[in-house]
Amino acid sequence: MAIAATLATLLVLPFAAALAIALVGGATRAVHSGLAAAASALGLALLGSLAPEVLSGAVMQARWDWVPSLGLDLALMVDPLGLMFAALILGIGLLVALYAHFYLYPGEATGRFFASLMLFQGAMLGIVIAGNVLLLLVFWELTSLASFLLIGFWQHKPEARQGARLALAITGGGGLALIGGLVLLGLLAGSFDLATILARGAAVRAAPLYPLALGLILVGCFTKSAQFPFHFWLPHAMAAPTPVSAYLHSATMVKAGVFLLARLWPVLAGTELYTVTVTSVGLVTMILGAVVALFRHDLKSILAYSTISQLGMLVMLLGMSLKAAALAAVLHILNHAAFKAALFMGAGIVEHETGTRDIRRLGGLAKAMPITALIATLAAASMAGVPPMGGFISKELMLYQTDKLALFGQPWLLPLLATLGAGFSVAYSLRLVAHQFFGAPREAEAHARAHDPGIGLIAAPALLTTLAVLLGLIPMALAAPLVAAVTGVVTGGAPPHLDLALWHGVNLALVLSLAALGGGALLFWRHGALMALWERATLPDAKRLFETALAFADRWVRKGIVALHTPSLQRMLLAVFAVTVLLVIEGALTGGGALPGGRPGLAAPLPAVIAWALLLTACAAVVNEARQRFAVLIYVSVIGLIISLAFVELSAPDLALTQISVEVVTVLLLLLALNLLPKSPPSLSGAPRRWRDGVLAVLGGTLFGGLAYAMLTRAPGESISAWHLANAKPGGGGTNVVNVILVDFRAFDTLGEIIVLGIAGLTIYALLDTTARGAAGARLGTWREDMPHSPERHPMMLLAASRIILPLTLTVGIYLFLRGHNQPGGGFIAALVVAIAFLVQYLAAGFDWSDARKRFGEHQMIGWGVLVAMGTGLAAMVLGAPFLTSAYDYFSLPLIGTFELASAMAFDAGVFLTVFGAVMLALAQLSHIARRAARAHAARIEAEGAGAGESAP
Amino acid sequence: MTYEFLVASAIGVLVAGGIYLALRARTFQVVLGLTLISHAVNLFLFASGRLVLARPPILAKGVNHYTDPLPQALVLTAIVITFGMTALVVILALRSFLETGSDHVDGAIVPCDGQDGMAESAGEGEAP
Repeated sequence: MAIAATLATLLVLPFAAALAIALVGGATRAVHSGLAAAASALGLALLGSLAPEVLSGAVMQARWDWVPSLGLDLALMVDPLGLMFAALILGIGLLVALYAHFYLYPGEATGRFFASLMLFQGAMLGIVIAGNVLLLLVFWELTSLASFLLIGFWQHKPEARQGARLALAITGGGGLALIGGLVLLGLLAGSFDLATILARGAAVRAAPLYPLALGLILVGCFTKSAQFPFHFWLPHAMAAPTPVSAYLHSATMVKAGVFLLARLWPVLAGTELYTVTVTSVGLVTMILGAVVALFRHDLKSILAYSTISQLGMLVMLLGMSLKAAALAAVLHILNHAAFKAALFMGAGIVEHETGTRDIRRLGGLAKAMPITALIATLAAASMAGVPPMGGFISKELMLYQTDKLALFGQPWLLPLLATLGAGFSVAYSLRLVAHQFFGAPREAEAHARAHDPGIGLIAAPALLTTLAVLLGLIPMALAAPLVAAVTGVVTGGAPPHLDLALWHGVNLALVLSLAALGGGALLFWRHGALMALWERATLPDAKRLFETALAFADRWVRKGIVALHTPSLQRMLLAVFAVTVLLVIEGALTGGGALPGGRPGLAAPLPAVIAWALLLTACAAVVNEARQRFAVLIYVSVIGLIISLAFVELSAPDLALTQISVEVVTVLLLLLALNLLPKSPPSLSGAPRRWRDGVLAVLGGTLFGGLAYAMLTRAPGESISAWHLANAKPGGGGTNVVNVILVDFRAFDTLGEIIVLGIAGLTIYALLDTTARGAAGARLGTWREDMPHSPERHPMMLLAASRIILPLTLTVGIYLFLRGHNQPGGGFIAALVVAIAFLVQYLAAGFDWSDARKRFGEHQMIGWGVLVAMGTGLAAMVLGAPFLTSAYDYFSLPLIGTFELASAMAFDAGVFLTVFGAVMLALAQLSHIARRAARAHAARIEAEGAGAGESAP
Repeated sequence: MTYEFLVASAIGVLVAGGIYLALRARTFQVVLGLTLISHAVNLFLFASGRLVLARPPILAKGVNHYTDPLPQALVLTAIVITFGMTALVVILALRSFLETGSDHVDGAIVPCDGQDGMAESAGEGEAP
């Protein structure tokens, strides 16, 4: 298989498996776990086929353009570092799938579990094989989300929900910092391509913004890898099912931060800032985690703090910026993945068998479950760094490096503290094993039914422990080539020469190792006394601090929202207008210059002045008589009419046509709505408020009038209009430039607008369709006709005229539509005209008559309109042109002659359908409601009349 | 009087009326206010192409100067969207009135006129 196809398959496999599992969510546990295991195994095989070449130095790369303008490519890259992590993710994923199959009970939502697990696997795989930092970010966020789903898998448990939320808040928040950091890094390096960034380390480190980028990236890494002070989410994540803890919170996800530190080592490492920060954070975390782990009682909590401690050690090693330290980190990543996953699985088995995870209730289990005890003991020995385990070698490599770096100028500081941390990890490992499996059973109940589980649960931890042991016995054969190659990549140089062995003679590392072992044993021996001391100390609880901070933020944000976003529309609008007025004043003051510019004006003839005076009068009348609502509609239409006339006069025939037809529809709409609304309610505002609003209104009007005048008396700047005029005919095939702009040059805009209009129409329908229920329905039911009506229900003259007008208006509409590309007209105007033609039928003949004869559905028209418009655009894409490119040609037919057909015509047809559908939907639905109310009213009158008639005799 | 002055002053008056009405407490007045403000905004946008007489942007032989077509295209869709917005706000106002029996913008219970009788009789329901 070609490299690109292999890499793509590798990445897609887990996601495909997640989807497949979700689709067969109702199937049995075996189907779900089988699919997960098969996908992991297949991925592992694919990875295996790449391994020989990658280890010999080749870097597998594949790249597809995604959003090239942002520098975002779908770039995948497998080098030794990626290979090692991918192998861990897939290999442990396979074992976890096996283990989880037996761990979960058949009745549980295994479909959801395995689908989330595979989603996580895909996201994690994406992080380690991404070849573009933006792509890496996408997967990074995805792991936080998948982790949220998995921690909260047992949704009915409050601690699961809280743990999931806490983990999401911390890792998601760190993810935000990481976005800033990596984007900044990409800008500093001049590229988002990972390989390019890695090659430009010197330039990045010299940049003035390097500390900021470093800080943000470190926050991302530290949150994900549970480093102090962000460590506290990890123990709470233990509310997850144990397979999840083994997979996400020990072997893979929490190593994402470590991975990124290793990945960006060539770019970020080496500076004083980096070394001091990363090393000290790692060191503090290592000691803190180890100390706390010694005093926890829950098995998984002990393991969680030990994981924090071990991750701290890895971070510290990477922070030292030394090649040999990086090597120790790489080896320890392998060791830790093996022994920690095995320990978690062992803890899961113990919980399964005894029903408790409290170490104070366990003890002496070695007799009842010897195999589990053996596995856990060997794994814990590796964790403690006891020879001949793999953990001993990596811990020794670590201790060997500690005196190479004088932290804060003190050469003794690092060896001392590292040994202290190692001593505590010896102690908690000892306690974990001894209090669980040895000594006398503390509680009979927990002990009663304990025995070794079947091969299904044992197999995975057994395999991992074997690996942990072999990493100590035959490290050169098992791990050396991989570790060497990975270290070479991490440190950006040649692969180092390796000499992994248990015995290197007596040196500093051996002495420190022995000190740690001895110290650890001592701590464990005095554990009881230390425990009493620990319990007496009051320590800050990080989770409670977090929750206090959250509650604090919540309270103040709420106050801020209430202060800014009052529930009063009047107050908000007042603020909006006042601020706008202030902005215009500020602009006028700072802009300077005289109000009138130098541009000569156009002399207005008398009719224009009269129309202007009418408009002003109508405006005043609208404001003054706003409570006489029907009368106001007349003034409103006068305003609309005069604006239409202004458009005619000022060279905008299309606008005039649109304005006049919209005006008709708007007035019809307001009339229909007023039928149901109060007609002339009393005023609600007192005089002071009216004066205040009046002053603001006059001020605003003066300012905006002045603004318009200042603009109109100045020459326009450079504009792109000349291009549109020049290209309308050759490019768009039409002479009506406005229409060509709408359906061709700026068709994407128009598409958006008709979609908005369609949504408005559907929303209106939804708002009105449900009025029959609840309080609104009750009010509609008691509605009373309160307007004088014509004695004739459907006046004959109007009826006859409307019937004759219909075909004529339709013809006009079609004509306006067809000529729209070259003469004033087009889809918008034609739709409004045709809609008016139909609305006149509703007016004249009534809703029922018209509705019964209507052969179209408005919903479908809106839908088809948008589809047709989009289809036109997509057709252009199919033909290889950008979205919504139009084409036109000339055809000739006998009798009609030569005519032009443009694909933009089809787009305009979509516009027509949507606009027509939306207008009809709004008005027809409104009249439908009014009709229903009127009918209820009539029925009530009749009933009352009948009741009166009966009671009279 | 120039056309520039007429259009500018008309915009000013429309804005003034619109602001005043939008600040009123009854939904229908706010709708009217929005209508006036929309007119003003559309006119302002249109005017940004400057005022030109008798030069519609319809290409014809022998004509070299046209008015600016771009603001017209923007305003054309704006007019239609204005209708969509007005319709939505009117229906929202109607629905809110039907739900609460009040046409106050914040849903406060206020007296409506006695003519329609809906708010008063709503409590009674369908009296037998």
